[in-house]
Amino acid sequence: MPLHLTLTAADWLGMFVHFMSLSLLAVGGAITTAPDMHRYLVGEQHWLTEDQFTSSISLAQAAPGPNVLFVALMGWNVGVNAAGGLSTGVMAGVYGLMGVLIAMVGIMLPSTTLTFAAARWGHQNRELRAVRAFKQGMAPIVIALLIATGWILASSQGTPLENWRPWLLTAVATVIVWRTKLHLLWLLGGGALLGWMGWV
Amino acid sequence: MPPASPPADSSAVRARPQSIADLFWSFSMLALQGFGGVLAVVQRELVEKKKWLTLEEFVEDWAVAQILPGPNVVNLSLMIGDRYFGMRGALAALAGMLAFPLLIAVAMAALFAGVADTPQAQGALRGMGAVAAALVTATGLKLIGALKKNPMGTPVCWALAAITFVAIGILRLPLVWVLLSAGGVASLWAYRQLGKTRALGGDAR
Repeated sequence: MPLHLTLTAADWLGMFVHFMSLSLLAVGGAITTAPDMHRYLVGEQHWLTEDQFTSSISLAQAAPGPNVLFVALMGWNVGVNAAGGLSTGVMAGVYGLMGVLIAMVGIMLPSTTLTFAAARWGHQNRELRAVRAFKQGMAPIVIALLIATGWILASSQGTPLENWRPWLLTAVATVIVWRTKLHLLWLLGGGALLGWMGWV
Repeated sequence: MPPASPPADSSAVRARPQSIADLFWSFSMLALQGFGGVLAVVQRELVEKKKWLTLEEFVEDWAVAQILPGPNVVNLSLMIGDRYFGMRGALAALAGMLAFPLLIAVAMAALFAGVADTPQAQGALRGMGAVAAALVTATGLKLIGALKKNPMGTPVCWALAAITFVAIGILRLPLVWVLLSAGGVASLWAYRQLGKTRALGGDAR
């Protein structure tokens, strides 16, 4: 069920400001702000349908590139809705791209500005004992965070006993990536193929 | 402002991006290979193939990229670009990371919206998701090698890693609290250990 919206300049500005404010909260990646985007875009403003929200996230995961692109797809969908749906053709494209621009600049601008300044300061002062202590102290923690993230992603497949096939795929792929230099795209392609055939 | 020089390493001429265009295309290629997360590709290409960074430098930069707000791999590309070519380098790396993937994602959203609901497409997404989980885990496992040179010592590193894994992976505690508490204790401990090696006359780089 497509939405047909009329968005004013103030609405667009509201979305921009909302994304800007989420930007600085996105410690651990933009995906951590997804629940709040859902509350705002789907629950409060009714600019996106439930399906559009979910498919924005899964499509961005499936596409190459950083996962933050799910934000661009949400902007795209808001724009398309504001144009009156995909059937409006060029209108939908123009509004969609405007949505992409507003959403992406909003989510990126504050965090990249802060990162740029902080990382440059950190690099220029990298010989300071405090800076070195921070980086060395954080090292085991961020490594464990990665492994934990992999674990959480795998756990979303259900329990290993009931859904042993995706778990087996994850386990085998982990060992291959860890221990060999096989190109990562072969593994992703293999995973996609197994899934397409209904094995996973 | 002149860009900060890459980390001094007198032992060898370091590999580095040749130009701003090299940065842009390198990060574009990285991003385009990064289905289901770019970090695994960044580690493999920049550390193992191009050798712009050592494993230790990669972990240090990753720690900074992770603790600052914003998409982590985007933060990482920004930092690396800035180091070699200043702000223009940062923007080139950022643009490389986002431009082509953005076009592809929007094209997919516009063209394939109908196909995404078929069982085959859903299955393919599930299969790629299972592999994506493996890429993240394996990248973490590879980075463990960088802890050998950590001034906190191996047992402390393992203990901190285990606590973090349980807090995030099993107990699902909020990231910000784990980073503040475990990260704070770890940084203080590392500060103390760095002071000790300095007092002993050891010059930990």
